[in-house]
Amino acid sequence: MSKIKFTRKWLALPYALFMILFVVIPLFLILAYAFTDAEGNFTFNNLLTFFGNGSSINTILVSFIIGVANTVICLLIGYPVAYFLAHRDMKMPAVMMLLFIMPMWINFVLRTAASRDLLFWIGINGGEYPYLATMIGMVYNYLPFVILPLYTTMTKLDYSQIEAASDLGARPRQTFTKVILPMTAPGIVSAATMVFMPTMSSFVISDVMGERKLSLIGNSIQLYFDQGLWHMGSIVAVVMLLLIAIGMFATKNVQKEDDVRGTML
Amino acid sequence: MDKENVIIELVGVSKVYNETVAVDNFNFYVKKGEFVSFLGPSGCGKTTTLRMIAGFEHPTEGKILLNGKDISELPPYERPVNTVFQKYALFPHLDVYDNVAFGLKLKKIPYETTDKQGNKVTKYRKLTKAEISKKVTEALKIVDLEEFEWRDITTLSGGQQQRIAIARAIVNEPQILLLDEPLGALDLKMRKEMQLELKEMHRKLGITFIYVTHDQEEALTMSDTIVVMKDGQIQQIGTPEDIYNEPKNAFVADFIGESNLYEGVYMGNRKVRFLNHIFDCVDDFAANEKVNVVVRPEDVTFAEAGKGMIDGILTEKVFKGIHYEYTMMVGRNEVTIQSTESKEINLPVSVNIAPDLIHIMKKDMLSNVYDDAYIDNDNRVIIAGGAFDCDVTQLIPGSHLDEEGYVVAPDGKMYDFKDADVLADVAFSDIEIVDNEDGGVVCGRIVSMIYLGNHYQVLIRTEDDEDFVVDTEYTWNEDDRVSVLIPAEKIRLKLRGEASKYVKN
Repeated sequence: MSKIKFTRKWLALPYALFMILFVVIPLFLILAYAFTDAEGNFTFNNLLTFFGNGSSINTILVSFIIGVANTVICLLIGYPVAYFLAHRDMKMPAVMMLLFIMPMWINFVLRTAASRDLLFWIGINGGEYPYLATMIGMVYNYLPFVILPLYTTMTKLDYSQIEAASDLGARPRQTFTKVILPMTAPGIVSAATMVFMPTMSSFVISDVMGERKLSLIGNSIQLYFDQGLWHMGSIVAVVMLLLIAIGMFATKNVQKEDDVRGTML
Repeated sequence: MDKENVIIELVGVSKVYNETVAVDNFNFYVKKGEFVSFLGPSGCGKTTTLRMIAGFEHPTEGKILLNGKDISELPPYERPVNTVFQKYALFPHLDVYDNVAFGLKLKKIPYETTDKQGNKVTKYRKLTKAEISKKVTEALKIVDLEEFEWRDITTLSGGQQQRIAIARAIVNEPQILLLDEPLGALDLKMRKEMQLELKEMHRKLGITFIYVTHDQEEALTMSDTIVVMKDGQIQQIGTPEDIYNEPKNAFVADFIGESNLYEGVYMGNRKVRFLNHIFDCVDDFAANEKVNVVVRPEDVTFAEAGKGMIDGILTEKVFKGIHYEYTMMVGRNEVTIQSTESKEINLPVSVNIAPDLIHIMKKDMLSNVYDDAYIDNDNRVIIAGGAFDCDVTQLIPGSHLDEEGYVVAPDGKMYDFKDADVLADVAFSDIEIVDNEDGGVVCGRIVSMIYLGNHYQVLIRTEDDEDFVVDTEYTWNEDDRVSVLIPAEKIRLKLRGEASKYVKN
């Protein structure tokens, strides 16, 4: 006779239910919508329509370019910032850190709208310069997501390793390229994935900052669903999912990435 | 002094961090091929000195000469020295081979070539892959890890990582190899093995080794020369034998090996009195000078009952493997004895100490002297920032205090000693230690403790670096925060300058 005993695995039950309800089932729903037509028959037509349309390809390309550009710019700004914040001589790193992540605490929509007005005020009109305004908005929004994981990897850097490189004959620049950069690579990858993927799928920033003059993947998904075209919207979502999966796969070889990202909250 | 073979010399080197003196006027040289150890408790400045030689720190004052050239301001990457770090500091993103090859890949070696005009010119080239590979293999062979080239650093044990760290340093053929407590993280057995291996490596490679350790046994085992340090100052430089047999002061004697330390009086004529007995000795001091005496436990030998120099009772016996360790009480003094003879405890015994095994040392200090003390307006003396009650009437013989606090001399003159500079002198045994920070007048940290036969001599240091040396019967712990009290009548005061300055009109 077996009695039902309360074991540790029961604690996972609420989470499992949550995952099934809000992750697994919706995913299948998206797949189902993506590969069916209005009558519910299986079809590849949605996919063909999507790729047969020049503007869709254009959207993916623009999203990709903006995603890459945002990632690169955020890394270029965030890396030195994180390096100095993590330096052992830094006074009150927590306060400095707060200054950089504080914008994240302000409502996202409000913050984006405010930055649009600010840019307008200094002469960068989103209507005239949609790409520039969108880029500025993206960098502003995603910079904290770069600084945090980089800061975490850099605080783990052992200063004696940097001294060891110098001791073995590496000039400061060689120390950077041969020791500091490779050792912070997990943080860079983590930061990049946290910026690149959300950038491609965001639509609020491009809508607000670019005055609806440019369309990213996120915008086109939103547009299809607004117009009731669920099947088309779903196929775009699936394409994006695949793009993200490819991105994840490309970076999965970099170790220790998870424990870096885990400190976000 | 034969300076021909000197490879590195430190001349008047000091290092000050935010007003704390880490290394104080270090003068010292190392001969080519020597194995030198910096030995001392933590915070004695040994690692700072090593880091200055490596180039990670620059001296606040003084010069570091390598082969006669001043390298004090050279960055680490331009110095022909390599370091083995305490926590290995290997690069986790590289495998064993690339870790060891790190320095070689950066190195440029000169070679001679003829240019178009047929002149000989010196150019620099990188080492070829084959050259690097050969050197790496050799280095790994020296540390006995030749099969490990392609292993990941993280898969290695602590001892293996340490060997890789050594290989990574010696592969560059440095003129000096610096080792910063490299065996600190290993277990005892591994440490002993590595000690012997390092010594063997030193012999084979012929490179100068400078080794930092707080483990006296390690230093004795491996070094040609030991530099004993304390508080940023050199206490003694010598061979392991010198330092063990002829310690210069009580600190060295206590720090190196086990020892019986006593306070004694030199009677003159090669006789010294301690343990209530007058011993023959071989050292020469001024008659009636107070001295410290050290006798190693293995130098105390049992004599026939009642026929030795001193008598006592054995109170403890511990089996140590190759010998027994006894504690003998001579009156209130303890004597530690190591002997292979097995004796019953709680019985009276007699022991002898041969004259040449009694080592006599000058006392560093005879009492606590504060030459920057002064009197405040309540007739208290300010020592090390604390106001101690004291008897100011001793400044004028035969005087007394009036109701308003002025000192009245026998001739009727009145003195006001407010702000008077004085010399305060307090005997070691007159200071009381209180085990909380509020109970005493000045608080500080216990920096060191030395057992002197029947009492401890404790060094208490305040935050302003003022010291109190205290004789106490009680055991304290190093790093304890304590405060000190001094009974008013025990503070001896002497005016600095003329008393007439302080006459009240």
